Amino acid sequence: MASITIRGVRKSYQKNAVVHGVDLDIASGEFIVILGPSGCGKSTLLRMVAGLEEISQGEISIDGRVVNRLEPRERGCAMVFQNYALYPHMTVAENIGYALKVAGVPKAERAARVAATAKIVNLESFLDRRPAALSGGQRQRVAMARAIVREPKVFLFDEPLSNLDAKLRVAMRAEIRRLHRRLGATSIFVTHDQVEAMTLGDRLVVMNGGRIEQVGSPSEVYRRPASRFVASFVGSPAMNLMEGKIDRQGVFVYDAERSIPVPFALERRLVGHDVTLGIRAEVARLVARDAPGALPATVDFVEELGAGRVVHTDLDGLSFAVAVTEPVALEPGTEVGIAVDPADIHLFDARTGIRLEGDMNPVEASSRQT
Amino acid sequence: MVERTPVFDAICQAILFLGLLIALVPFAIVIIAATHDIRTVNTVPMPLVPGHDLYANLAEAWQRADLGRKLFNSVLFATAVACGKVILSAMAAFSIVYFRFPGRSALFWAIFVTLMLPLEVRIVPTYAVAANALAPFQAILNVTGITWLVQTVSGIEVKLEWGLLNSYPGLILPLVATATGTFLYRQFYLTIPDELAEAAKMDGSGPVRFFVDMLLPLSRPNMIALFTIMFVWAWNQYLWPLLVTTDPNFGIAVTELRSLIPSEFGLPDWNVAMAGTLIIMVPPLIVVILMQRWFVRGLISTEK
Repeated sequence: MASITIRGVRKSYQKNAVVHGVDLDIASGEFIVILGPSGCGKSTLLRMVAGLEEISQGEISIDGRVVNRLEPRERGCAMVFQNYALYPHMTVAENIGYALKVAGVPKAERAARVAATAKIVNLESFLDRRPAALSGGQRQRVAMARAIVREPKVFLFDEPLSNLDAKLRVAMRAEIRRLHRRLGATSIFVTHDQVEAMTLGDRLVVMNGGRIEQVGSPSEVYRRPASRFVASFVGSPAMNLMEGKIDRQGVFVYDAERSIPVPFALERRLVGHDVTLGIRAEVARLVARDAPGALPATVDFVEELGAGRVVHTDLDGLSFAVAVTEPVALEPGTEVGIAVDPADIHLFDARTGIRLEGDMNPVEASSRQT
Repeated sequence: MVERTPVFDAICQAILFLGLLIALVPFAIVIIAATHDIRTVNTVPMPLVPGHDLYANLAEAWQRADLGRKLFNSVLFATAVACGKVILSAMAAFSIVYFRFPGRSALFWAIFVTLMLPLEVRIVPTYAVAANALAPFQAILNVTGITWLVQTVSGIEVKLEWGLLNSYPGLILPLVATATGTFLYRQFYLTIPDELAEAAKMDGSGPVRFFVDMLLPLSRPNMIALFTIMFVWAWNQYLWPLLVTTDPNFGIAVTELRSLIPSEFGLPDWNVAMAGTLIIMVPPLIVVILMQRWFVRGLISTEK
């Protein structure tokens, strides 16, 4: 178990900057998930912690010890790779025990530890097989066992579940969670899958374009996205975003005559400000078209999800999704009204994308550059 | 592509059969000629039915060409060359693929260029080096003036000499470097996913360990294929062994075949010459037969 401190870490290839200054503190025993679209630098960051990638600038310390110049083996990290990276010519037992063999652990002890680890991940009956003779899920477990057996201070997961089918992914997710509870080692888990991120992480780190957009608990990230990017990236279906202006009456205007009342105290200060308004599909409601305050919209199509359904509507040329739980029979073209509780509205500065809060000075917010 | 074209199939079969015939008939003639006595072998046309003198001819060839000694030399020579090539090219490719160092691509192209400089082209300088393997260093010392310096200071003349003529190292070393083998390995190493190297790194293995524990076992089919090709290639070397060995104790079987071929005015005992040929053909044949299972796999598939 170890804490990890990342200070001003940058990475560039030649002149191509990939990670632009990341600061992050990870507590001992914490399960951190780094979430972001492909190419956001999340894997690069992980690989810098692992020691597979040189750190261009900044400092990474594990347990208070700067590891910038240390070899991967000296950092006490174990890594689970996306493609498992099992040694194809070795049996499962040899795969799991390889790190111990390299470390010079005596044969008897090695065998005992391999057996104990195999038991943790339910691989006891496969120890003599080669990776080629295993299923995807079993290979994944071998890769995990290979990391566990070394009793590392830090576990690093680089999108380990993305090669599994949906059902197996859910099962492995639970298994990883259980494993973390049992071993308690500090873990960093990189993924682009928000469901994985939400279910696994103690804290989420949302990255975009080589920068951290938000750090917070899954519910915090979902409830109070710190930026327009986080709002659009986390949550499914994606949050409805509308560009517009706050007018003199303190309402959000997105069209010549359509407006949405804005909830918080900042409305006065935001007058004349360009903002992006966000509404989650889950909190918007379908109401009668002539209900007071309802936004008039036309149904585009309905997406059936089994447990619920997503009604995609056309709101004066903007597409707007509403998630509903009860079955609806809406033909495309049906005219409906959309109702939103002002408390469920998120506002972001149109220029910087930063979240606007009641206690925040909008001028300050819009001048703050990420 | 699965097609049913009986006529086309028949034509293909016929062409293949014809090719087989063309390849096998000379062998058949060698074998038949080796079984006749000297009189029969010289009748025109030579009978195509085997005779009864095979063992006598083999014994005669063995004894006359000193094949015991020569075959021993040949096996030693070909095995050492093939092993040397396998090891050297594996290591060369390892350094080119897995290490970033200045001049890496220059080195790669230098190896590439040697493809265009086979031994036959550079035989004179190679011979000069074999005559004194330290000559290049001597030249460097002379040019830089160190020889002169040492001589004026201590009165000792620096004279490096290590002759390789008429020795096993002289036979073997100049043939060990191989661009083809390096390429074969390089291509294979490039197919090994980077993550495997990274996983090994995370498991704490250094470069040498990775080479020994991962690359060597994974490239076993390649190694066997390369060994087989190079063994046969080395076995059939003629020019270099002929040049570098004047002492019959170091002669190899293929060059010694010459002593079995009847001279213009000598006894035309082609039966003995053919028997000698037969004997000399056997070892590479054994190697190919033993290795062929892995050999084919090593060339067509990248086992991952």
